[in-house]
Amino acid sequence: MRGIRPFTATALILGLLFLYLPILWVVLLSFNESRLLTRFEGFSLRWYQALFSDPALLAALGRSLLIALAAGVIAVIIGTLAATALARFPRFRGRALLAFLSSAPLVLPEVMLGFGALILFVSLERLIGWPAGRGMMTIILAHTLLAAAYVTVIVQSRLAGRERVLEEAAMDLGADPLRAYLLVTLPSIAPALIAGFLIAFTLSLDDLVIASFTAGPGATTLPMAIYSKLKLGLSPEINALATLLVLTAALAVSIAAWSLARRR
Amino acid sequence: MPFSSPTEPRTRAALAVAGLPLAFFAAMLLLPLCLIGAISLAESDPALSPPFRPWWSGDGGIGLKSYALVLEEGIYARAWLDSLRIAATSASLAVLLGYPLALAIARAPEKLRLPLLALAVLPFWTSFLVRVYAWIGLLRHDGPINALLLALGLSEQPLPLLYGEFAIHLGIVYSYLPFAILPLAANLMALDSRLLDAAADLGARPMSAFLRVTLPLSAPGIAAAFLLVFVPALGEFVIPDLLGGPDNLMLGRLLWNEFFQARDWPLAAAITLMLLAMVVLPLLFLSRLLGRLAPGGRG
Repeated sequence: MRGIRPFTATALILGLLFLYLPILWVVLLSFNESRLLTRFEGFSLRWYQALFSDPALLAALGRSLLIALAAGVIAVIIGTLAATALARFPRFRGRALLAFLSSAPLVLPEVMLGFGALILFVSLERLIGWPAGRGMMTIILAHTLLAAAYVTVIVQSRLAGRERVLEEAAMDLGADPLRAYLLVTLPSIAPALIAGFLIAFTLSLDDLVIASFTAGPGATTLPMAIYSKLKLGLSPEINALATLLVLTAALAVSIAAWSLARRR
Repeated sequence: MPFSSPTEPRTRAALAVAGLPLAFFAAMLLLPLCLIGAISLAESDPALSPPFRPWWSGDGGIGLKSYALVLEEGIYARAWLDSLRIAATSASLAVLLGYPLALAIARAPEKLRLPLLALAVLPFWTSFLVRVYAWIGLLRHDGPINALLLALGLSEQPLPLLYGEFAIHLGIVYSYLPFAILPLAANLMALDSRLLDAAADLGARPMSAFLRVTLPLSAPGIAAAFLLVFVPALGEFVIPDLLGGPDNLMLGRLLWNEFFQARDWPLAAAITLMLLAMVVLPLLFLSRLLGRLAPGGRG
């Protein structure tokens, strides 16, 4: 009924400029011919070339991708189970606890999650000898904590919004609840699982704080590598790296959003 | 309706499904909480590995020394108050900035609303580290913002924008703005536009209709937006570390320094628990608010 009014248009344009300009600035400078970080002096891909000939960075990238992949997969399994329990079973012992614990990591400061996970791993190692030392394994577990919380929210809202007609029809036709869930419900919430995985992947790929606490000496991830480079000063290579990270994350999340928005 | 009556096998099925996630979340959240509680009472000893004396196996004393240190020592007490103050001002600023944007999204033509909301939230999902890092370049002495201020004649010389509280506030507002926009937009989109039409029919001007109808009705959205920025900002590490000066210690940065540099685990544990104590009440309040704002809830 209403068109776009001047107030609406101004607020939108200013707000979106504020949100996007800083990111675009980094992207623009990553293609800068000059080493200067203040002016654009011509297009070049030299910083990307420099990036791909840095073996330490490439190793960190490989490690980060592997961690994100593993954390994403485990988070989808744990998060989907949690979401199913919360959405499908209105009352059982521990339901309130599960609801609280699975949403706490969404807002708890990351330093707390990272420090807590580290203390747990150190204590477990003393007590039962596992995990022996810290490395990719411990980062994956700690990232799974954060990522599974996001997967739970996404899958739960998808499950809550679904009608159970098909599931019930399957059971009327003789399928037991488990089969009905696996064969009917799960395929129908597949977009939420894909979205959950991509978001979990993105979170893990980008995390500096939790990884720093739970990484062993050899397990430098990409954000940890970026952070230690940043501490030495800005450089055009970091802009190129930042651009790649932003593009990967934006791509993953756009696919996630598209997957959720399709046939709601 | 096989799902409607909770019978014995249903309970077993529920626990079969909930068992793994419950065990995982409890192991990763509750267990560390107990361990951190125990360590916070221990004596620090950098010569050991891990660097404290475990009183539970009869080594070293047990006491509240770490807590006393955090509460009494000058720099800790200041970090404490600074965190509260900076988190509160930044969260307020994020709400002030996010509100017009959320209102604009809620009042855009219906087909545009969700795409616009997605556009406003997308930056949150691009790398957090990169978005904080971007401001280092922007706020530098010779960066584009100072260049602009000089060119416009607003300043005689470059301003020290970076490495201080201004940059920290800006970093928090920028990074968490999507967190503020989401609940506000959800709240404002759910508002019945007929109320505004009614106010207009009764002769209210748009401004007074906004102040007397929209604003009061969006109070839950405002509170949720504030808390969603306030809680993570309290323990923020990356923003004060990259954009703040050396003396801008917030609790998250303090915890990091105690752990990585001073290797004082009992002190880091005490800071963690005090941080937790500060966020528990806002968290409980927040989960009630979000329950009301969720689709299907009363908003």
